[in-house]
Amino acid sequence: MSQGELVGSYIVPVHPHTVLAPEQNEGWQRLRDAFDEAAKRIKEAEADLLIIYSTTWPSIIGHQIQADPNPEWVMVDHDFHALGSIPYSFNIDAEFAHAWDQANAKRGLKSRTVNYTGFPIDVGSVVALKLLNPDNSIPAVIVSSNVYANRSETTVLAKSCLDVIKATGRKAVAVTAMSLSNRMFTTPIEPKDDKIHSLKDDEWNRKILEFLGEGRLEDVGQLSRTIHKQIRVQKVVAFKPMWWLSGMNGNRNNLTGEVLAYEAIHGAGGAVVHLDPTPSGAGDKEYDEDDVEFFSGERNVLDAEGDAPLPEPLPDQSSPSSGPALWEPTTGESSVNSEAAPKPVGMYPHARRVGDLLYLSGVGPRQPGTNAIPGGPISDDQGAPLDYDIKAQTRAVVENITRILEEAGGSIDDVLDVTSFLVDMDRDFSGYNEVWAETLGKVGPTRTTLAIRALPTPIAVEMKVIAKAPQEN
Amino acid sequence: MAQLAALFESWVSPDLHDSSADADIAPKRLACLMTQGEIVAGCLAPHPPHLVYAENPPQNEPVAEGGWEQLRWGYERLRESLKDVEYDAIVLLSPHWQTYVGTHFLGLPQFKSLSVDPVFPNLFRYHYDLNIDVDLTMKIHDKAAEAGLAVTMMENPDFRVDYGTITTGHMFNPEWDKPLVVISSNRSRDYYSVEVMQEMMIELGKVTREAILESGKKVVVLASNSLSHRHFTTESAIPEDMSKEHITSHAMHLWDMRMIEYFRTGQAQRILDEMPEFTEQAIAESDGGGLSWLLSTLDTPTYPATLHGYGTIIGTGNAIVEWPERNHTEGSQ
Repeated sequence: MSQGELVGSYIVPVHPHTVLAPEQNEGWQRLRDAFDEAAKRIKEAEADLLIIYSTTWPSIIGHQIQADPNPEWVMVDHDFHALGSIPYSFNIDAEFAHAWDQANAKRGLKSRTVNYTGFPIDVGSVVALKLLNPDNSIPAVIVSSNVYANRSETTVLAKSCLDVIKATGRKAVAVTAMSLSNRMFTTPIEPKDDKIHSLKDDEWNRKILEFLGEGRLEDVGQLSRTIHKQIRVQKVVAFKPMWWLSGMNGNRNNLTGEVLAYEAIHGAGGAVVHLDPTPSGAGDKEYDEDDVEFFSGERNVLDAEGDAPLPEPLPDQSSPSSGPALWEPTTGESSVNSEAAPKPVGMYPHARRVGDLLYLSGVGPRQPGTNAIPGGPISDDQGAPLDYDIKAQTRAVVENITRILEEAGGSIDDVLDVTSFLVDMDRDFSGYNEVWAETLGKVGPTRTTLAIRALPTPIAVEMKVIAKAPQEN
Repeated sequence: MAQLAALFESWVSPDLHDSSADADIAPKRLACLMTQGEIVAGCLAPHPPHLVYAENPPQNEPVAEGGWEQLRWGYERLRESLKDVEYDAIVLLSPHWQTYVGTHFLGLPQFKSLSVDPVFPNLFRYHYDLNIDVDLTMKIHDKAAEAGLAVTMMENPDFRVDYGTITTGHMFNPEWDKPLVVISSNRSRDYYSVEVMQEMMIELGKVTREAILESGKKVVVLASNSLSHRHFTTESAIPEDMSKEHITSHAMHLWDMRMIEYFRTGQAQRILDEMPEFTEQAIAESDGGGLSWLLSTLDTPTYPATLHGYGTIIGTGNAIVEWPERNHTEGSQ
């Protein structure tokens, strides 16, 4: 089976006018035509899965994923009920929904599937599926927008979805059902009088669409909080679908974007945008916010011990799955162990106190809890070399050393002697030395740097530390 | 007598009503001549679906092993308090029918369907069959329109009633033997501010009161909302496991107790005054306008309300409170 992939992404508006009354307003009709064009392109791309992230399905207990294979009902909008009713009968890929739910758990994310007769599919999802998949020929999956989710949680939601797409060999299309500016007129209007609510909303919408037209999706994602403050009514769901969609596209800025339509729907900004994963030729511009592989935020409010097990890392670019087993650090009268440091790969403690000195076991850059490697692993599961960032790895080593020393009651300033091990002296010495100068170099320990063939996990640097032990009371 | 008949005609005929120069005066004069309607009680009656789930009524599909008893007993006390009070209809404002284009009213005589809570579908899948007092609904609607509020009658028979309305409706009156007036939650707080929301809801409350008094009907008004509204974001394996239930933070508890103290000491005006801070700092569900509307329908009461119960549901603060307006209306004291 070939590896799955995302073959396209779409942004579509949520209100029912494009389904029920496109003929009443020229702009609504243009949006409807754009929906039809998007549906045609999805067919031509031979997509075999539609994934809808809908802002009109808010959730509280993590994210919810629709898993009823054939949800059927009649949808009536809470505001625009006079436009009519939309009967629906959708083809949901329940197997994918369950796999996504499980992949979320592996990345530390709370989610659950829902499969209940009569579950009210939200207006955004109904509109998207009705118009993008009118004959139900493509199986779909729908995910809610969690009202408490932040960027890292929403990004990880996308990555776990990609895990399943790749593992199952699917050709998927990602869809965000959302408004741009979402301020509607607060009184009924005649269809012919519809327009974007304000000039400010219109200007921001056009700026967002300019970015999207250039394929700069990650830039829009990173502007998400600003956009929400500027042109969004503070409803429960923020402008977070751009986080999810950017995550689905590898947080890239060089997609091929095309705005198929942009119009007002009762004052809100509605657009149909196609983002093709084909690189546009533009540079993949820098972005500032950290990439996130695993979610480790506050989700275990009710029961920290029972409800939120530590995530198991998935095989991917940054977390080795086929490396040595992890051990609980051994305990003894003189041992020092920290929950904030990565677990050992053998039967030993993080550190041991002997007299006035602390002897630390070799410390690498792996992250506590997730086992992820900042800067990326040096090789994949098959041993094929990967590009990695020695500076990021070195900084993570120093942070892990700091955590262990702080657990002992000391600090990084207590380090006396360091033996460093590099797996590629030629490639990495310079970067390692630079970070050293910024960190431990300022403390002033003696140092020895050795080139070695390999370390037990796919990391490039490890340090063996001797430090002053803090005074015992 | 002929003059009275003309006045009556001008009142009941929408055409004449709008065009008559005496339109504003006529209903007021006539109302004096008719039986005065009455709000017999106003209640804060929260709607977390957990309460219905825990009650195990035949209409709800999931089955529970109890839970949230403090609040369910509170509803029992509220029902007991009104057991011998005669009334004709229930007027209810639910924050889970969220409308952005004005305030909407259920406008057909009957709604019957299945309501599944999109957030807690594991707890609430309720087969409802409720009747609407369309006549009273229309009166409130028309008065609100006259006052300049944007209002709409919802007359699509396929419309599914929100779970907030159904939960409060069930917990207050499990027999469902009284017709309802159901009012949506206009999200003016989202669009503007708590202050603007409150201004609109106070106006809606005033016209609701006027319409009820002019209708000649005895009515209970219900605001279906929680107090502090910060949820836990995880759910225990057994949702009704009460060992996991508590308020999300001390700050939320303090705000809830502050509001309850105002309820119990007849300080409705202070509640309205502090509504912006309460709504923002306690992330309170008063953002939907229900509490402000309720206090306005009761003409901002200065007498103590009865606290029938307080408890938390998935971390949110919920109080069941009754203002026994029947004991405090003019001429009844």
